[in-house]
Amino acid sequence: MPTPQLRLATDVGGTFTDTVVSDLSGTVLASAKSLTTHANPALGALTGTQRALAKIDATLDQVSRFIHGTTLATNALLERRGARVATITTEGFRDILEIAYERRYSQYDINLTKPDLLVPRDRSFTVPERMSAAGEVRIPLDEGAVPALAQQITETRADAVAICLMHAYANPTHEHRLRDLLQTALPDLVVSISSEISPEAREFDRLCTTVANAYIQPLMAGYLAQFQASFSAEGLRCPILMMTAAGGMTTLDTAARFPIRLVESGPAGGAILAARVARELGLDQVLSFDMGGTTAKLCLIDNATPQTSRQFEIGRAARFVKGSGMPVRIPVIEMIEIGAGGGSIAAVDRLGRLTVGPQSAGSEPGPVAFGRGGLAPTVTDADVALGYIRPERFAEGQFQIDTDRARAAIARDIGTPLALTPDQSADGISGIVDESMASAGRAHAVESGKDLGTRTMIAFGGNGPLHACRVARSANVPQIVVPPNPGVGSAAGFLFAPVSFEIVRSKYTLLSKIDLIAINTLFAQMRDTATHVVRQGAPAGDILSTASAFMRYRGQGHEIEIPLPDRALHATDIAALTNTFEHAYAQQFSRPVPGMQIEVLNWALRMSTPEVGVQPLTTTPTPHDITAQSHAMIFCDVTSALINAAVIERSALAPGDQLSGPALVTEPQTTTFVGADFHLRVDAAANLILTRKDAS
Amino acid sequence: MTDPSKAKLQVMWNRLLALVEEQGQTLIRAAFSPIVRECGDISAGVFDLQGRMLAQAVTGTPGHINTMAEAVQHLRARFAVQDMAPGDIYLTNDPWLASGHLNDFLLMMPVFVQDRVVGYTACTSHLVDLGGQGMGPEGSDVFDEGLCIPPCKLVEGGRVNALLLDIVKANSREPIANEGDIYALIACCEAGARGVVDLMQSFGLSDLTLLSDYIIDTSRRGTLEALTDIPNGVYENTLIADGYDDTLTLKATLTVEETRLCVDFDGTSGPSHKGINVPLNYAAAYTVFALRCIIGPDIPNNAGSLEPFVVTGPTDCILNAQRPAPVAMRHTLGQMTPDLVFGCLHQAVPDRVPAEGASSMFDLPMRHTADATLSGGTEFAIELVHNGGTGARPTLDGLSATAYPSGVFGSQVEMTEAAAPVTIWRRELRTDSGGAGRFRGGLGQRIEMTSAIDEPFLVFLSVERIRNPALGRAGGQPGAPGRIRVSGRADDIPGKCELRVAPGERLIFYTPGGGGFGDPTTRDPAAICSDVASGLVSPDAARDIYGWQP
Repeated sequence: MPTPQLRLATDVGGTFTDTVVSDLSGTVLASAKSLTTHANPALGALTGTQRALAKIDATLDQVSRFIHGTTLATNALLERRGARVATITTEGFRDILEIAYERRYSQYDINLTKPDLLVPRDRSFTVPERMSAAGEVRIPLDEGAVPALAQQITETRADAVAICLMHAYANPTHEHRLRDLLQTALPDLVVSISSEISPEAREFDRLCTTVANAYIQPLMAGYLAQFQASFSAEGLRCPILMMTAAGGMTTLDTAARFPIRLVESGPAGGAILAARVARELGLDQVLSFDMGGTTAKLCLIDNATPQTSRQFEIGRAARFVKGSGMPVRIPVIEMIEIGAGGGSIAAVDRLGRLTVGPQSAGSEPGPVAFGRGGLAPTVTDADVALGYIRPERFAEGQFQIDTDRARAAIARDIGTPLALTPDQSADGISGIVDESMASAGRAHAVESGKDLGTRTMIAFGGNGPLHACRVARSANVPQIVVPPNPGVGSAAGFLFAPVSFEIVRSKYTLLSKIDLIAINTLFAQMRDTATHVVRQGAPAGDILSTASAFMRYRGQGHEIEIPLPDRALHATDIAALTNTFEHAYAQQFSRPVPGMQIEVLNWALRMSTPEVGVQPLTTTPTPHDITAQSHAMIFCDVTSALINAAVIERSALAPGDQLSGPALVTEPQTTTFVGADFHLRVDAAANLILTRKDAS
Repeated sequence: MTDPSKAKLQVMWNRLLALVEEQGQTLIRAAFSPIVRECGDISAGVFDLQGRMLAQAVTGTPGHINTMAEAVQHLRARFAVQDMAPGDIYLTNDPWLASGHLNDFLLMMPVFVQDRVVGYTACTSHLVDLGGQGMGPEGSDVFDEGLCIPPCKLVEGGRVNALLLDIVKANSREPIANEGDIYALIACCEAGARGVVDLMQSFGLSDLTLLSDYIIDTSRRGTLEALTDIPNGVYENTLIADGYDDTLTLKATLTVEETRLCVDFDGTSGPSHKGINVPLNYAAAYTVFALRCIIGPDIPNNAGSLEPFVVTGPTDCILNAQRPAPVAMRHTLGQMTPDLVFGCLHQAVPDRVPAEGASSMFDLPMRHTADATLSGGTEFAIELVHNGGTGARPTLDGLSATAYPSGVFGSQVEMTEAAAPVTIWRRELRTDSGGAGRFRGGLGQRIEMTSAIDEPFLVFLSVERIRNPALGRAGGQPGAPGRIRVSGRADDIPGKCELRVAPGERLIFYTPGGGGFGDPTTRDPAAICSDVASGLVSPDAARDIYGWQP
C-alpha cells in the first residue's frame, strides 16, 4: 500500500472542470479537463479526478491534500439562484440598499436602471438601537422588538437574514445579541451578521456583502456537504480545502460560514500560478494575462505577490462598467476583468466605428468557424482568418474549424461596411480587442501608481498565449512567459496556495493621535480569530502573519496599504510609519505633501501557512537554434503582409531551443503566437520565454 | 507610411479615449478636495494643434463639458505657439474663461514632438479654498469670492513659478491642500502629454491631423444623423426657480435646424446680488450635457460632436452673468438648466425626455462655529452631498435619491460620523415624495442629524426646489418640494442661508422628489400594489391619486 503522496486540485468552471495532480513538491504529474455537470458538479469533478489519477495509476486514497475551487458561488449570485433574504438594519436606515451611493453608473444613460441588490424594500426591516462611530452604545438594542420582527420575517417567507447595524464594525454586541434572539425564535433561519462577514465602515458596502453572503449560504452549505460526501464515498481520506478569492485555502466549515469569500476563486488560482512562475524565474514585476472565451483578466504581481484589494463587484452590467454591479468587501486578489475573449463579437456601429465585445458568442453558438450555429464574427474567427489558429491542431481535433466561413462572416460584417480586405478586417478586430485589453492594463497600472513598461507578462488561459504578443506590443511590455499547462492555469495555481485567512477592521484615527492600546487590542482579537480559522486547515506547523494599515492624507480619497511590524505597536513606530507612508505616497504621486495630517481608516491582518517552496531557476540551458519542419502562411500583424511562419508542437520543444518569430507553438488547449518582432526560447523549466527583438 | 486604415484609426481613437481616462484618474487620485474625490469634479482632455478637442474624460460632473475646450482656445489666442517651450504649462481660474467659479483651476500644456508643438493637453480641478468668503453664496461680487489668476505661465520649462504658488497659498485657508492639488494638475498634464507622444510613436504618426480629422468627422456626422430624428422648429420653455430672495424665471428657446441646435436664454431673470449667478460657459455645459443625453449619447465629447450645439444668452440674464457678478455657487442654478431645456425638447420628441427632477444637489458644507473653537471646542469641516429623486422617464420610474445631472456620490453615514462630530439619526426615502404618474418620479429622502457633542455647528445652504417642486410631464404630477427644518422651530429654514444648529436641536432635510410622467390613473396596477407594499406610496395616496382599490 503506497503512502499518500499526492496533491490534487479541481476547479469547477462554467463549462469545464479542470483537475491537476502533483507530487508534494508541486511538480504537475497529470491533468484532465472534464465537462462541468451543472446538476451535481461533484460528478464532473469526480470524473476529472479519476481520469487524472488514472493517468499516473494512482488512487484517491493517495491524495494527502485536496483543493477545490468553484464558480458555483459566483454563478448563484449572477443567475439569481440564491435564498430569499431579508435585512435588519438600525431604525432610521431602512433604505441603505436603495439609496446606495446616490449615483448613476453611466453619465449619459437617461434610461439607466440600477443593479438589483437582491432584497426588496418590503423585506427590509429595522430595529431600534444605535452605536456611535467609536462603538459606544447611544441607544440600547430594543430586545422587546424582536418577537414582532421574527413574526414579520416569517411572514415574508425569508429563509436567510442579513443583519447590518450602524457602526457594528466598531462594536458587534448588538448584532450578536440580535442574532441569538432571532435564532432562538426561528431556529431554521440562516443569519449572517455584518461584523463577522465584513467588519469595515461604509454601511452600504457592508450590508451588500452581508446580503450576498446570506443569499448563497444555504446553497453553498448544501453543496459543500454533498461534495465532501461524494469524495469520501470514493475513498478520499484527507480534508477538502476550499480556494478563496484572496488566493488562500480555507476549511469547508469556514467556507460554509463565509461562502462569499469563495467567489472568483478560479481566477485567483491563475494569479497564484503566475506568482509562482514569477518566483521561480526571479521576476519582481509581472502582469498576469488570463484570456478565455468571454473575458480577459489582468493582475499586477510585484515581488511574486499578486496585488490584493478589499473590494470586488459582482455582476457588472454588460459593459463591465464600474458601479453597475453589487459591491462586496472581502479580501480578494485584485483583477481587472474585461469583456474580451475568443467569443467576443465584432461589429461596425452606426457611426462606422469598428467595435469588439463585450457581447460574446460564448461557447454556444460560439465563433462562426466552429460551425455550431454562430453567425457573428468573433475574435476567434479573426484569429482563424489571420492563420494563427491551425484548423488541423485546434482543441485536439474536437472541433472542425471552417476557415472559409469565418472569413466570409468577417468580410460581410466588417470588410464591406469599412471597405477593407478580409485580412485588414481581421487584423482590425484583433487591433481593437488587443488595444482594449492593453488599455485596461495601463489604466489599472495608473490607478495603482505603477508602470507596465518594465513588466513581464505571464500569459495563460485558452486565448492568453495566442494574444500575448499583440497585447504586450500595445501595452509596451517587453517580455512574455507562457508556463506549461497554460490551459488549466487556475487549477494548477490551487496546488500552491497557502492555508490563510484575512481580516480587515475599520477603526478611524489620525496617525498623530493614535490610541496604541486600542489598536494593539484590536490586532490581538484579529489574530485570535484568524489563527483559529487557519489552525483548522493547518493543525501544525508555522503560521506567518502580515499586518498592515490603510492610510491616506486627511481629506484624500485614496488609501495606501502600509505594512506594520509583526508585533505590538509602540509610540516610537509612529515616526517610521509616517516616513513609510510619505515614501509610498511619493512613489505613487511623484511627491509627498509635507505638513498634511495622515489618517488611518482600516487595519488588516493576514495569517497564513508558508508558501509551498519553489526553487528559483538557476540553470540556463545551452541555446540551440531550431528549424521548424512545418510552416504556414499567416498575416503578419507587424508588416501587414502574408508571411511564412514556423509551426511547432510544444511537446517537441526542449529546454534551450530557440527561434525567431513569426511562429506558432501548438499544444492541446491553446496556441502560442510568436509575433514577427518577438524571439522565442525555452527555459530549463519548459516555460516559453518570448522577448521583443527591439528590447534587449 | 501609407495612410492608416479606418480600423487602425479606430484603434488610435480608442487609445486616446483610454488615455484621457487615465489622465483623469491620475488627477482624481491625488486630489484633496472632497468634491473632486466624491464627484470626480475634474476634466482632462487632449487637443490638436488647432486647439480642437479630440477626447475628454467622462467624469462625474458635466460642468466641464466644452468649458475646457473653450478655455484652451482662449489660452491659445493669448499665448503664441512659437513662444511655447517644452515643459511649459499655462494656468487660469478666471470663472469666465475656465469653469464658472474661482475654485476651478484650468491648466494647459503644449505637447512637443521633436521641438514642434503637435497638440495640447488640458485639465481642470476644483481647489478646496481660495480665500475670500469661501464657498457660499454670500459674496456680493467676484472679488469677495477669493483670488483670481489671469491666464499666465505656471510652469516654465519644467520649473514651477514659485511666486505664483506662494500667492495661491497665502490666499487660502487650506494652503497645503491647494499646493497638493496644483501639483496633481501638473502631473495630470504631463501624463497626458507623455501619453500623446507614446501614441504617436507606437503608431508611427508625425502629427495628429489624420487622426483628428477622423475623430471629428465621424463624431460630427454621427451627431448630425442623430439630429435628423428631432423635428425642426422653435420650442420655448420656462422654469421657475427659488432663487436667493426672489423667485427667478429661467427661460429657454430651442431652435432645431438641419445641422444646428441653438439654445437662447432670452427672457431669463436678471442677475442676483448673491453668488448664485452663472457664467454662460457653465450654463452651456449643463445645457449641452442634457441635450447630448438625448441626442447621440453614444458619441464621445469632442470638437465634432459638440459643434452642432450653440448656447447663447443676453448679457443681462442670470445664466450669462457678467463680471464682476458673484458666481461661487453657480452650480445651484446651472444644474437646473437640463430641466429647463428638457421642457423644450419634450415638445419636439415627447417620448424621449424625462420629467423634471430634484436636479440641484443638496451640497451641504458644515463646520464648527468660530466661538466654539475659541472656547476650546472641536474643529471640523465636512461637506455632505445628498440628492433627491430624478424625474420619471417616458417608460420607466424615476430613480430615488439619485444625482442627476451631476454624478455626485452621496456621503456614507458611517464615514461622516467618523470624520465629524455629528450624528445622523435617519436617512430614509420619503413616502409619497415621488411625483405621481404612469411612471412615478424618484423619491427624495429624509435625513435627520444632531451635533454629537455639546457644541453647535454651522451649515451653509444653497439648495433649490424648496418653493418650486419638480414638475411632471404629459399629465404627470409634481414631486414633493424639498424642506429644511430644525426641531422646535416654528418656521421652515429657507433654501439659501447660513444656519446655526444648537446642541440638542435636530436638523431635518427633506430632499425633493422627481416629477411623474403620464397620467397617474394609467399606471400599471401591479406597480401601484408594489409601491404600496414597499411603502413608497401610502395607501391613502394610492387611493386618492392613482384610484387604487386594495
